[in-house]
Order: sequence, then C-alpha cells, then structure tokens
Amino acid sequence: MAGETQTVSEYIVHHLTNLTYGKLPAGYERYDGSIVADGGAWVMAHGGDEAAAMGFNAVHVDSMVWSLGLGIFFCWFFHRMAKRASTGVPTGALNAVEMIVGFIDKTVRDTFHGRNPMIAPLALTIFVWVFLMNLMDLVPVDLVPHTLALLGVEYQKIVPSTDPNITFGLSIGVLLLILYYSIKVKGFGFARELAMNPFNHWLLIPVNLFMEVVGLLAKPFSLALRLFGNMYAGEMIFILIAALFSAGVMWMVPAGLLQIGWAIFHILVITLQAFIFMVLTIVYLSMAHEDH
Amino acid sequence: MNINLTLIGQAIAFFGFVWFCMKFVWPPMVAAMAEREHKIAEGLAAADRANRDLEIAQEKALERLKEAKQEAAGIVEAANRRATQLIEEAKDTARLEADRVKAAAQAEIDQEANRAREQLRSQVAVLSLAGAEKILGASIDRQAHAQLVDQLAAEL
Repeated sequence: MAGETQTVSEYIVHHLTNLTYGKLPAGYERYDGSIVADGGAWVMAHGGDEAAAMGFNAVHVDSMVWSLGLGIFFCWFFHRMAKRASTGVPTGALNAVEMIVGFIDKTVRDTFHGRNPMIAPLALTIFVWVFLMNLMDLVPVDLVPHTLALLGVEYQKIVPSTDPNITFGLSIGVLLLILYYSIKVKGFGFARELAMNPFNHWLLIPVNLFMEVVGLLAKPFSLALRLFGNMYAGEMIFILIAALFSAGVMWMVPAGLLQIGWAIFHILVITLQAFIFMVLTIVYLSMAHEDH
Repeated sequence: MNINLTLIGQAIAFFGFVWFCMKFVWPPMVAAMAEREHKIAEGLAAADRANRDLEIAQEKALERLKEAKQEAAGIVEAANRRATQLIEEAKDTARLEADRVKAAAQAEIDQEANRAREQLRSQVAVLSLAGAEKILGASIDRQAHAQLVDQLAAEL
C-alpha cells in the first residue's frame, strides 16, 4: 500500500524503479548534494534520476538476482528430478517435471525439423525460466518490496521479465544462436540468403541486405518486446489495483475482486508468453537450419 | 527502463543455464523416460503374449479334459463289462459247485439210506425170527430157516 507520505504517482514510480548499482559519472550532483569525484563512483543509485545518469555502466541488482535465482532454482530442481527419474513409477513432483519435459519434447519434434540436440534443452530452459520469471508477477506487488524496504533496501522489482534488459538479454542470446547456426549450417549460403533475397539481382543487393538484416533483427526485437510489453502491462495493472486499495475503504471490495480476476487471467498470460517465447525461438532456429 | 549491463549479464546467464540444462537435465530425463516407455511397451507386449498363451493353454486343457472324459468313459465301460463277466463266471462256478455239493449230499444220503436199510434188514431178520418164534411157540432152527429169513429180509 502507498505510504502516508506518498502520492499515487510516487507509489507507482517507486514500484517501477529498479534497484540499480552502477557508476556515476564524475561531477554528478547526488541526491544529498555531494558531488561525485573524478573518475566516477560505483554506488547504489538513489532514485530513477541517478540510475538514468549511470547510463550503460549499471546493473539492475534486483532483476539480476531474481532472474539468476530463478534460473538456478530451475537448474537445481530439474537436475534433482532428473537424478530421481528412473524406469520405475514416477511420483509427485517428478510427474509434473516429466509432463513438462514430454510436452517440450513433443513441441520441439513438431516444430523443429533439423537434428540438433541443443534445441530441446534450450526450449525447456526458456520455457521454465521465463515462466518462473513471469510467475513472480503473481506475488502481491507490495509483499517483497515492502518487506525489503523495512530491511533497508530502497527499491525492488521482483518480476525480472518486466525489465527490458532481461527480455533483451534473452533474445540477444537467441539472436546469437540464430547467427551461429545459420553460419554453421549454411556457411556462405547464409550471406547469399541475406544478399540475394527477395530480389535475385546483383544490382539490388543493398536493398536486399537492408531488408534481410531488418528482418533478422526484427526477430529478437519482437521476442523481447512482446514478453516485456505483456509483463510490464500486467505488472502495471497489478500496481494500479494495489493503488486502488489506498483510495478508501469503499474501494476495498472492487479492488479485491479486480485483483483476483486479473490474477486468474494473468495465470493464462504468463504461461502463454513463456510458451510463445519458446515456440518462436524454436521456429527461428528451425529457419536458421533450413537451407534454401 | 534503462538499458545497461543487466542485458549482458542476462545473456551470459542464458547461455549458462542452457548449457547446464543440455548437460545435466535433459539427457538423463529423456533417457529415463524413453527407457520407461520401452519397458512399459515391453510389459504390455508380454501381457498380450501371456494372454494368448493362457488362451492356448485353456484350449489345451479343455481338449485334455475331453480326452480324459472319453478315456474314463471307456474304462468304466470296460470295467462294467468285466464285472458282468465276473458275475457270470461266479454264477457258473457257484452253480457247478452247488451241483457238486448237491450230488455229494445225495450220494451220502443214498449211502446212509442204504446203510440204514442194511441195518434194518439185518435186524428185521432177527426180529422176524423172534416174532415167528413167539407166534409158533417154538424155536425155529435158525439154520433150517436161514434161507427163508434171508429171502424175507431181501424183500424188505
């Protein structure tokens, strides 16, 4: 809930600010009036202005910690289940994990026509990891940030996939894989594909190159922006509903109903977004493997 | 909403997790699942086979039962035949034995009767002589009338 001294817009902005650790440029005047010394200084940003001033030399600590934590949780949990998997009767959590693995395996088989042992584990990692990151959206928006605020951590965004850095980080990984496999499978053919499509004439090579490169870059962009946009919008609505609670006692019931309704709907959204990210990654890599 | 080093950190983490998953999660998982699938398929096939075997065994058992029944019927019939035969034989033997016993008894009876008759005869001679003596009041010369007495005795 918004604190007594916070306005609604301050509340929202506070919720949308990452916990940032970065290098402030020399000569920057900090929130307390001090001036950053020559050579800059690595500090925790105090507020969005300082984070913006840090530019590229900064890390969103909260996004990074939650994202890595969830990734490590995924690896630990699935690895434990993989060790437990035997030819006997699967029980409990192993059943769920095997269901996911079976589902991914089938999806990859249906979508990816080449032969590459990396695609299925890649799809599994993307699906589960993105799903877990999205899942943080269902944690009540104030629970973790407020608790951590009491412990002295100023800002906290616990949904990594509402951070474009995270989604772009993923999609850049996918782009690198696309480039790697395109070159590995097609070799020089990849360059010809970029240069001689869609107009097969040497005079039009620059036009082709421009169109194909835009097309190529559009893939990671659409991947990252789709996930980011959906999760950011969903998170925003959760924050607005949470802000509604502070509007007065009479708003409690409608806000509660909205919260439940949106949360239920969001279960679908987070799963769907994770699935879309995974399927499109498979499709893009499948295209990278196809020689025309 | 700033693009910063988080981007690169995330991309590196992405490759790390994918590598880990490819190395330590996916292969054992899929291998275990495939092996189980194989095992289940084998189990089902074995069950099918067992079912077929059972059917065949049942058919065989039925056949054997029928054979056994036929055999048993044959044995019973033979036994019956043999029994009647035995009874007939026993009857014959019994009849023969009875005849023999009867004949022996008859012979004995005849013998006894003859002996009694002889005895009677010899006593009749004495009695008749005594009677005649009494009647005649005189003794009869046994020698003289021996012939007569013998004749009389023989007539008895």
